[in-house]
Amino acid sequence: MIQYEAVIGLEVHAQLSTGSKIFANSGTEAGREPNTLCDPVTLGLPGALPVLNKRVVDFAIKLGLATNCSITRENEFARKHYFYPDLPKGYQISQYDKPICQHGHLLVRVGGEERRVGITRIHLEEDAGKNVHGEHETTSFIDLNRAGVPLVEIVSEPEIRSPEEAGAYMRQMRQIVRYLDICDGNMEEGSLRCDANISLRKVGTEKLGTKVEIKNLNSFRFVERAIRYEITRQTTVLEQGDEIVQETRLWDEQKASTRSMRSKEYAEDYRYFPDPDLLPIVVDNDWIERIRATLPELPEQVYLRFKKGHQLDDYYCELLTEEKHTARYYDKALEVHHNQTALANWITTELFGRLNKENLGMEECPVSPENLGTLVKLIDEDVISGKIAKTVFDEMFSTGASPNSIVEATGLQQISNRDEIGGIIDEVLTQHPEQIAEFRDGKTKMLGFFVGQIMKRTAGKANPKVVNELLMAKLKGD
Amino acid sequence: MSLDQKDVLHVAKLSALELSEQEAEEFTKDLQDILGYVERLESVDVHGVVPTSHVHGIVNDFRDDIAKNSLKLEEVAEMAPEFKGGGFRVPKVL
Repeated sequence: MIQYEAVIGLEVHAQLSTGSKIFANSGTEAGREPNTLCDPVTLGLPGALPVLNKRVVDFAIKLGLATNCSITRENEFARKHYFYPDLPKGYQISQYDKPICQHGHLLVRVGGEERRVGITRIHLEEDAGKNVHGEHETTSFIDLNRAGVPLVEIVSEPEIRSPEEAGAYMRQMRQIVRYLDICDGNMEEGSLRCDANISLRKVGTEKLGTKVEIKNLNSFRFVERAIRYEITRQTTVLEQGDEIVQETRLWDEQKASTRSMRSKEYAEDYRYFPDPDLLPIVVDNDWIERIRATLPELPEQVYLRFKKGHQLDDYYCELLTEEKHTARYYDKALEVHHNQTALANWITTELFGRLNKENLGMEECPVSPENLGTLVKLIDEDVISGKIAKTVFDEMFSTGASPNSIVEATGLQQISNRDEIGGIIDEVLTQHPEQIAEFRDGKTKMLGFFVGQIMKRTAGKANPKVVNELLMAKLKGD
Repeated sequence: MSLDQKDVLHVAKLSALELSEQEAEEFTKDLQDILGYVERLESVDVHGVVPTSHVHGIVNDFRDDIAKNSLKLEEVAEMAPEFKGGGFRVPKVL
């Protein structure tokens, strides 16, 4: 049987988090009352002229530098014509043959392997409005608040080979735009979405097969599932000796399948031409260097620093670098107390657990990194036990208080004083002669009983190491 | 460059316009005339001239990223042929 391999390219659209639209003064906030972010340019009124928002160009250059692109010196906007009511002018202002960034790449990690995926181009464009088609209505509802919101479209080379790789690429792209603070990455609200181009070819051949485009995938899961489905569908078509039709399909999550939306025959005829309303943009070295100076440490760099510098395993590295805020948090906590693994563990288990439960983001975390660092320090210095630390942590999360003040106020300090513990052990042993006899008859699990009794008397505060040591000595010595 | 009725119908379809046969004929002739007029430019010798899309010589005209001046909803509604429940209403498109 013929073996096929998938050839996948992704077009990722990211909404830039500017305060105003790309060519107009209206604001960009999501969730506003429909059509309250409109102005003559957004509405496409005759005579209204677009003027470019400078920050949009800054953001695109920033993304280009972070994804190893070369920045185009002479840029131009073009009109892309298609007729749809969410686009009042009858064309979308985009870039065509002079995109702002070109020839970049990302390193994508899948299952411990790293693969380079090329980025063909990143271009600037305006978003369209929203259509709502009510089921029992004869008209469609148009909201133009989103029309004119700045977008970057990031086009990958067709170098992705599996659904998992596509998902990883998408995750990494989201991570980067969020590190750069140029897009909130909210996929549910559509701030980040992607189209996937998929074709199959016989293994070992170069020639690309006919491609199918799947539109508007707005979750990592959908990206992977839609591509997986499409690979299976195309394989079946080819195995039956039929041909793939070049078309645009939509992912239907409910039916877990793709369905045809339109054939490419008409859709691709966009009649691009340079937009005479907008002047060219010339980007010089100064501009590029000014932006380069604002680049934060990128996820890939943080990952390597954590892996090599802190000897963390891939699992921790991935979790701690997923969000910029988490990486910063970890760095700050380490400044207080340099126990790399313990802090990684506390953040990714206890802290993530509580944040998830309360539905909070890392940036809203009620426990400061300094306080978490201090908490782990208290454990390491035997001031509190690991078990008590969880109680202290809960209190820290609820009140935002420092671990020191909680430990002091509630008397949760660990008891490590040998005399004090020795006295308690003596008391327990005196009260349980039968259990001592059982222990000496070989029932070693009675040891647990004694420890339990001691912990009960000290409300869990006795240092378990000291307890075990003294208890054994007393049981054997007596 | 020549243009026939098929091209006109194609462009009409892209623009979601319905043309009667008579209109299609008229537009074909009109567009042929316009193209013929523009075609005269082809007689100009542009050998060695760099293609350009702007002639002003001005570049980098920006505005700052400051949101202001959205129209009031009533003003937007007033301009629309049909506006209901806070939104434009258009023939159903899918």
